Amino acid sequence: MSQDKSILLNIKNLRIEGYSDEHWIEIVHGIDLTLHRGEVMGLIGESGAGKSTIGLAAMGFTRDGCRISEGSSIEFDGLELTTTPAADLQSLRGARIAYVAQSAAASFNPAHKLIDQHTEAPLQYRIQKRLESQEDAMELYERLRLPNPREIGFRYPHQVSGGQLQRAMTAMAMACRPDLIIFDEPTTALDVTTQIEVLSAIRDIVDQFNTAAIYITHDLAVVAQMADVIKVLLKGDEVEESDTRSMLENPQDDYTKSLWAVREFKKEQVPRPADTVPLISVQHVDAAYGDTPVLEDVSFDIYSGMTVAVVGESGSGKSTTARCITGLLPPTKGEVLFQGTPLPPDYRDRTKDQLRQAQMIYQMADTALNPKVKISEIIGRPAAFYSGLHGPELKNRVDEILDLIELDPSLYYNRYPPELSGGQKQRIGIARSLAAEPTFIICDEVTSALDQLVAEGILRLLDKLQKEMNLAYMFITHDLATVRSIADEVVVMQYGKVVEQGPKDEMFRPPHDPYTDLLLSSVPEMDPDWLSTLLEERGVDSNTETHNP
Amino acid sequence: MGDILSIVSKRLGLGVVTLLVISIIIFGAVELLPGDIAQAVLGQGATEENLAAMREQLGLDRAAPIRYFEWLGNAVTGDFGRSLVSQQPVSEAISTRFANTLFLALYAAIIAVPVAIFLGVLVALFRNSVFDRVANVVTLTSISSPEFFLGYILILFLSVKTGYFPAIAKIDDGMSLIDKLDRTFLPALTMVLVVVAHMMRMTRASIINLLASPYVEMARLKGVPAWKVIVKHTLPNAWAPVINVVALNLAYLITGVVLVEVVFVYPGIGQLLVDAVTKRDFPVVQACCLIFAATFILLNLAADVGSILTNPRLRHPK
Repeated sequence: MSQDKSILLNIKNLRIEGYSDEHWIEIVHGIDLTLHRGEVMGLIGESGAGKSTIGLAAMGFTRDGCRISEGSSIEFDGLELTTTPAADLQSLRGARIAYVAQSAAASFNPAHKLIDQHTEAPLQYRIQKRLESQEDAMELYERLRLPNPREIGFRYPHQVSGGQLQRAMTAMAMACRPDLIIFDEPTTALDVTTQIEVLSAIRDIVDQFNTAAIYITHDLAVVAQMADVIKVLLKGDEVEESDTRSMLENPQDDYTKSLWAVREFKKEQVPRPADTVPLISVQHVDAAYGDTPVLEDVSFDIYSGMTVAVVGESGSGKSTTARCITGLLPPTKGEVLFQGTPLPPDYRDRTKDQLRQAQMIYQMADTALNPKVKISEIIGRPAAFYSGLHGPELKNRVDEILDLIELDPSLYYNRYPPELSGGQKQRIGIARSLAAEPTFIICDEVTSALDQLVAEGILRLLDKLQKEMNLAYMFITHDLATVRSIADEVVVMQYGKVVEQGPKDEMFRPPHDPYTDLLLSSVPEMDPDWLSTLLEERGVDSNTETHNP
Repeated sequence: MGDILSIVSKRLGLGVVTLLVISIIIFGAVELLPGDIAQAVLGQGATEENLAAMREQLGLDRAAPIRYFEWLGNAVTGDFGRSLVSQQPVSEAISTRFANTLFLALYAAIIAVPVAIFLGVLVALFRNSVFDRVANVVTLTSISSPEFFLGYILILFLSVKTGYFPAIAKIDDGMSLIDKLDRTFLPALTMVLVVVAHMMRMTRASIINLLASPYVEMARLKGVPAWKVIVKHTLPNAWAPVINVVALNLAYLITGVVLVEVVFVYPGIGQLLVDAVTKRDFPVVQACCLIFAATFILLNLAADVGSILTNPRLRHPK
């Protein structure tokens, strides 16, 4: 394959409007973008920056309720997409421009086998016959290092893991050997250890076929591994663009610099207080869902005023441990002590005061808050229930709590959750847990659905509240950057067992348990060579297939 | 597959229990009716002695639970007793009528279900177009008109004025299938018009519900044509609610057609039931009700199994 470097995609003055409240509102304000053959461009920015909208527009596609404005130009290999008839546009998609979606689990049709979905486009365009296309699919599966490449395609999506699905989707995008692939946050939903496999697979295959790609993500460290060029977006505007190395070493714009600086928040590590009883003590807890055991001999302590981060991949039993502590899932063995006294295993048997002590904040503030209930009532209900407040006293208490979470009571008292931003909703989630006046709060992935700047604000708020009220936090997360910034102690879980635990500074210093080591080394770093170096160290040759000359 | 078998057998067991409960209700309801068989047979002028003698002869002087179990025990073996009017065994009277009803229901269903699903797919494909609106208005009008009215309209236009089809659907065993189909075309068409709207709208709604899912967007971005997106990517995932509505309508075709039978003078089980009620022919009433209940339960069971079979997670466990 000749390494043709001509211009493939040339977007000029791209403006996109979205329809809301009976108005057309411009959401992308005149973006220019030039992509050469074989080049990978990273689009980064927070949610609402217009990354996905621009990515889809590069296929001449807009979601329902969006349109490309007059005067925009999207030129793909000499063809002006904005004036191309719909039928011709459709015949480009899948064949010459392909798309890899964020959630492979949702983007594969549950009713069909993987390979049948893979061969759909080649059959549609009569590029290959069914058997040929299946053979090609198996070859691609092998190149993407999927296990059992000759059989995995004949499974249904629900029979395959998330990381494997994401690779199968990349293979599907490759089916017609397109010139351009749009990757829309392909690893955001994956665990760090799985993310690495997918990243290296994507990078290799794009390299092998000299495919150009637009890689959309909000994760700087990820984009640093994947992209040749990075374009930073903010609210539908371009902030800056430059090649990956100079962008990382020398960002020009203040906004870019602030993105780079996000991971700098670090709270001071508190040592365990001497001669005190732990606030919460989990002792040799086993738990099961039905007949399936999920926790085995889990033990750790949490002291007042301290944050214990529980880390592990999905399915490692982090949230189940939280459910055992709150009594939502009575353990099959072991017990949970509160200030040295055992708590009844089932929350129904606990006293109001015992219930008050432990509160939860959830990952998805969107679904954890009732959209039809006013903020005042969301916070007021636990305050009334646990403290018996009512009337003006209750209102004062709600105002006080809103002040604590840094939202102006006069502005937010009467509003509803859907009117708030993601970060504000999470603050309301925190407020609701504070209303019970707890001593212990379980934070279940509270920042993972938020943009980095917003997430940092939440972490700072939680830290401030902890200092003021001497709260104990159990911080469930899979994000080790968050652990670094907020934890005092760390518990690492895998397959329902505690693998390692101890103070944070020790945990981040070798020697580690092998699993902790794997987790730590899998967190992407802001170094464009990180992935290659790591794969080399792990002995996985990132170029298992030789390049075509 | 073992899972499905165990689910089916569990549901079947539950169905039997439901049928038992219904049989108690049916028996109880008939007991509650004023008067009894003796009075119905002997009429208003009967003396107390005559009534008592008759009751003793029929065993009606015994306690209700005993009679219930006796009736139930016989019903299980297919013996529903004798009709009080014709003295013919009930099972004999019912079997031809029920076969006729099933024939008509099947006839209507074979037309209605494919038409409804095909129309549902079409209106989903051309949603919010003129075609969509016209199809909706027409089917809603036909479902909103009473069956007897639809029946008479059809008779007026397709029989009286044009003579295409016979207005009276009297059939007997001696007729050929073609003849039967011709004779019963109008009642079948009436029933089709009554049930199509519901199934079509459910098909449309469940398809459109899925159009926002990521895998549909993915299919579009793969360049799959619009009709194929609907047929291949949404329809297989839309079956569960559609199947349930289809089952409900099939049950209606069997148990709710008495008006159509009357209009077209069709010898089905609905007419038999109405006759039996007016004549206080309790054994027949009880048997008909039990058959209707069993029909509902079986069709709902079939719908459940159908929903399970269309769910790949249940068909292909990990």
